[in-house]
Amino acid sequence: MSEVIFNDANFETEIMGDKPVLVDFFAPWCGPCKMQGPIIEELAKAIGDKAKVGKMNVDDNPLTAQKFNVMSVPTIIIFKNGNPAKTFNGLQSKENLTEEINKLI
Amino acid sequence: MPEKIYDLAIVGGGPSGLTAAIYARRRELDTVIIAGAVGGQMSLNNEIENYPGFEMTSGYELAEKMKHQADKFDAQRIEDEITSISPIDGGFILKSNNHEYQAKSVILSFGLHHREVGVPGEHEFTGRGVSYCAICDGPFFKNKTVTVIGGGNSALEAANYLSEICAKVYIINKYPQFNGTPFVIKKVSELSNVQAFQNYLTKEIKGDTKVTSIIINDANDASKTTEITTDGVFIEIGYQPKTDWLKGIVDLNPGGEIIINEKNETSVPGIFASGDCSNVPFKQIIIAAGEGAKAALQAYKYLSNK
Repeated sequence: MSEVIFNDANFETEIMGDKPVLVDFFAPWCGPCKMQGPIIEELAKAIGDKAKVGKMNVDDNPLTAQKFNVMSVPTIIIFKNGNPAKTFNGLQSKENLTEEINKLI
Repeated sequence: MPEKIYDLAIVGGGPSGLTAAIYARRRELDTVIIAGAVGGQMSLNNEIENYPGFEMTSGYELAEKMKHQADKFDAQRIEDEITSISPIDGGFILKSNNHEYQAKSVILSFGLHHREVGVPGEHEFTGRGVSYCAICDGPFFKNKTVTVIGGGNSALEAANYLSEICAKVYIINKYPQFNGTPFVIKKVSELSNVQAFQNYLTKEIKGDTKVTSIIINDANDASKTTEITTDGVFIEIGYQPKTDWLKGIVDLNPGGEIIINEKNETSVPGIFASGDCSNVPFKQIIIAAGEGAKAALQAYKYLSNK
């Protein structure tokens, strides 16, 4: 599956469902986020339809970032049934993220 | 046991590792780059003005160009983090948490990692007020109070940047004086919303769901403590190599850097090192790249003579 672009408007509906949903909270000014970006795109393709994977620009979508206390970028949260199940701070490898998603499937 | 045996495994994907890969591939060595992410610390640099051939570029752009060049010469890239190396007959086994790789020679070029203060609350509140990247996370603290730990140029630059966004910036410096360039020190000392605690050590970072305060004490008298209310703590105390996993395998200096000779050879024949994780003086992109080229050519020579 290709990556999902989350925003404040679609967020609540997109994270629902029993499949894990991985959200990469990023900012355009952040160096590590630029490194994380391609990893998220690859992960989205590799994981197929087992999970939903995508990104959210915190600069354009401050409400969701505030709601989940995002104070650092990149922050990656994996949601399950609409609730945060796992949070990562800083750059993460595809391997590490795949492992965590697989645990939640 | 992996079936594939590479000529050369490069651990790290910054300027040193990518340059090594370009040189190794041009000598037709079967080469793999194993790195968590390509670009390394270079990617975190917003402005680079001292890389010859580029009057002004960003670290991310330079990293993308180097990656593209390595790809062009068919260097294989694997996203993984190596956690151990052991010698075997005819080469080395490199292990990550879930995989094993085999190679006849190795270049260690994984750069540096930000230094930690090592106080209670630091790990607990990372991402919840504690940050190692002022440029990345500063905007989350608009009109709030933040504290910068450190007294060198990177701490002063962070304080200068944060002073434009935040209401108040404290600096906790463990030494009596700042250790930066006179220009930066002067600039920061003139900022009205920056207050420095010189000769103070950080004792603890406190909070509930996020950071609420920091406890510091006088460097000469540990009983003299002060609690500062703060929303964020930016740790800017430099970088160090993450080489604990190499102890007992290759020789390290007291600072944890991999000891190499002028040919980029480590204490183990067949294992080379280059760039910021080695004891080469000056941590610069151009130097890391040049050292990567040297290490690759030396690895080629080593394999040819085997």
